[in-house]
Amino acid sequence: MHFHRFEKIWLIFGMVSLIVFLSIVGVSAFAMDQHPSGGMDTIDPEKVEETPPFDDPGVRQIDEDTYEVVMIAMAFGYEPSQIEVPAGKEIVFKVTSTDVTHSFTIVDTKVNMMVIPGQINEKRYTFDEPGEYLVLCNEYCGAGHHVMSTTIKVVE
Amino acid sequence: MNSIIDKQDRKLALSHILVGYFAFLIGTFCGLLQVFIRNDAIELPNWLDYYQILTAHGVLLALVFTTFFIFGFLISGMSKTLGTFGPKTRGFSWIGFYLMVIGTTMTTVTIISGQASVLYTFYAPLQASGWFYVGLALVIVGSWVLGFSLIGHYIVWKKAHKKQLSPLFAFMTVATIILWVIACLGIVVAALFQFIPWAFGWVETINVELSRSLFWYFGHPLVYFWLLPAYMAWYVVVPKIIGGKVFSDALARLSFVLFILFSIPVGFHHQLTEPGIESFWKFLQVVLTFMVIIPSLMTAFSLFATFEITGRKKGGRGLFGWFTKLPWRDVRFTSIFIAMAFFIPGGAGGIINASFQMNEVIHNTMWVVGHFHITVGTPVAMTFMGITFWLIPHLTGRKLTKSIKKLAFIQIITWAIGMLLMSTSQHILGLLGAPRRTSYTGYNGNNVALEWFDGILSNHVTMAIGGSILFLSAMLLIYIVVITCVASPKATTEAELVEFPIAESDPGATPRFLENWWIWIGICFALIAIAYTIPIMDMIQHAPPGSTGFQTW
Ligand code: HEM
Ligand SMILES: [Cu+2]
Ligand SMILES: [Cu+2]
Repeated sequence: MHFHRFEKIWLIFGMVSLIVFLSIVGVSAFAMDQHPSGGMDTIDPEKVEETPPFDDPGVRQIDEDTYEVVMIAMAFGYEPSQIEVPAGKEIVFKVTSTDVTHSFTIVDTKVNMMVIPGQINEKRYTFDEPGEYLVLCNEYCGAGHHVMSTTIKVVE
Repeated sequence: MNSIIDKQDRKLALSHILVGYFAFLIGTFCGLLQVFIRNDAIELPNWLDYYQILTAHGVLLALVFTTFFIFGFLISGMSKTLGTFGPKTRGFSWIGFYLMVIGTTMTTVTIISGQASVLYTFYAPLQASGWFYVGLALVIVGSWVLGFSLIGHYIVWKKAHKKQLSPLFAFMTVATIILWVIACLGIVVAALFQFIPWAFGWVETINVELSRSLFWYFGHPLVYFWLLPAYMAWYVVVPKIIGGKVFSDALARLSFVLFILFSIPVGFHHQLTEPGIESFWKFLQVVLTFMVIIPSLMTAFSLFATFEITGRKKGGRGLFGWFTKLPWRDVRFTSIFIAMAFFIPGGAGGIINASFQMNEVIHNTMWVVGHFHITVGTPVAMTFMGITFWLIPHLTGRKLTKSIKKLAFIQIITWAIGMLLMSTSQHILGLLGAPRRTSYTGYNGNNVALEWFDGILSNHVTMAIGGSILFLSAMLLIYIVVITCVASPKATTEAELVEFPIAESDPGATPRFLENWWIWIGICFALIAIAYTIPIMDMIQHAPPGSTGFQTW
């Protein structure tokens, strides 16, 4: 197949940038542990309130520098509805749903997690700035989807 | 030769296009309502709901308008390049058409009656009326019947022309149909084995994560099913309009084959922020997603090479002189050129969306809405508009009058302006965190949410202005469609007939193996097996207890 000389240059340039770009994404994902939220743990969506850790949702300190936040999403709100976490510490968010698919999204942060019934989603995040953050659901979940929200207080 | 295609084939093609535009009419009206609801300018009566309207918008524009228009275009082009349809091809095509019409009607009725406000992605465990899924399945089955009848027409031609490569248009049609049939397997499996039994109550629960993955196995190549026919116009129609030739027959075919390979095993890039899929598999599919850049670069190169070669032949000098020699006053060209221009930011945004970690920033925000309105909503839709201006007169045997050409210019320019406003504000709103698929909300007066209503560009009001211009433009298009169907003067002489522009393409140096479809289908399934087997097995074997259905609307 004949490739024009300029086309060869163009395609080689494209492929080299592609390789460089994907390497950067790959290294930051697997060497620097920058993954989007995820997790392979499952749960019975009808028994969420009886299954640890969701039988006792809320904030828990795990060690000196790590806190765990366990959240249940449901049409059309979050349980618990008010939480407070410290700035500068790593927070491990764990979320699941008791009904349909939702999201747990903290505006102005990289926390943007799909909440799928039957699955437990996990994300590690450290707040740098104290303040009140808006949490909202950005996956359509029904008639009250646009009121599904809460806030997180981040304190010093 | 300025020949017009067979009368019966014209009727078949025109029927598809008109159903498509009927869906477009209702769909864009829904769009208009959406932009006003989102900025709190109108309130709906209580028998109507935002999400019902949004479901109709998505289904009618993304699924119905596109599919019907595409088949209308493919039918005309196949009849033009391979000759008049035989009775079998035509008969089956009509069956496919009616199946799609029945399916669309069923689905639309369930949406209007409020039993299917599940949006066009119908994520479980939201549970619509079973007839919603049956209707969608009928649309797919109808499109398969149509697709296979076009392939039948191609096989007949191949038998009569042994050892010849098929015309480029026919080759690309076959590639598009192969892509479509393989893509639909995912949604057909999900509909038959998951959604329909579950929605009619034959089984209690559904495996949610599996259903989502099957949907997106279909959902991404769906995008390429819209794009490839637009590319066909870019590769085969545009060179003729500007008075040139196809740049390279072999490269055009190679790029279509690569699009088949790299548009299917990539659905996880829509599921990057969800649990149930190992990071490794998400990343692998991200890598495969980016491979599509190679045929995209080839396409961009070919198009601009054609433009430059033709412009220089017409006397354009210097580095960019050829650019001014392009036929800017020809709306058939200018429309498609604007469509291409929109695809540059559209493609760039796509790279961001698919970039693994970066996806978290924009996933399910208004950014995504901005993104697909400058990919499917303009590059694809405006290419279809550009085709419509000449294809409908061609099919109805009427003239393309001066006044219609003028209106067509106004139509595409207003669409471009409206879309620029709407999509820019949507992109920025998304970066500010405004969620998509959401009725008007201030989140109890939260300060962050208030910001979405008071920028200059980053404002729901700007979006509504853009949306209103778009709607006017859409109505102008409907007017053009109606006039060129029933009111424009009949073409009486050969010279007055509106042609179907097909550029010359020289297959002399094209390797034969490019048309050996089994090779490409084989590689395609191998890639799908690599990208999907293990994670899908995992979803089935380690499935949590399933979900019962919910009607939360
Ligand atoms: C008059 C022109 C149009 C206007 C005013 C418009 C407006 C909108 C708006 C505001 C949304 C987002 C709603 C939300 O997320 O809350 C939307 C969604 C969408 N639009 Fe359009 N649009 C128009 C034309 C089109 C066209 C031509 C297409 C495709 C061919 C299209 C495809 C879509 C799709 C697929 C969605 C997503 C639906 C969903 O999230 O379920 N739109 N449109
Ligand atoms: Cu929601
Ligand atoms: Cu995609």
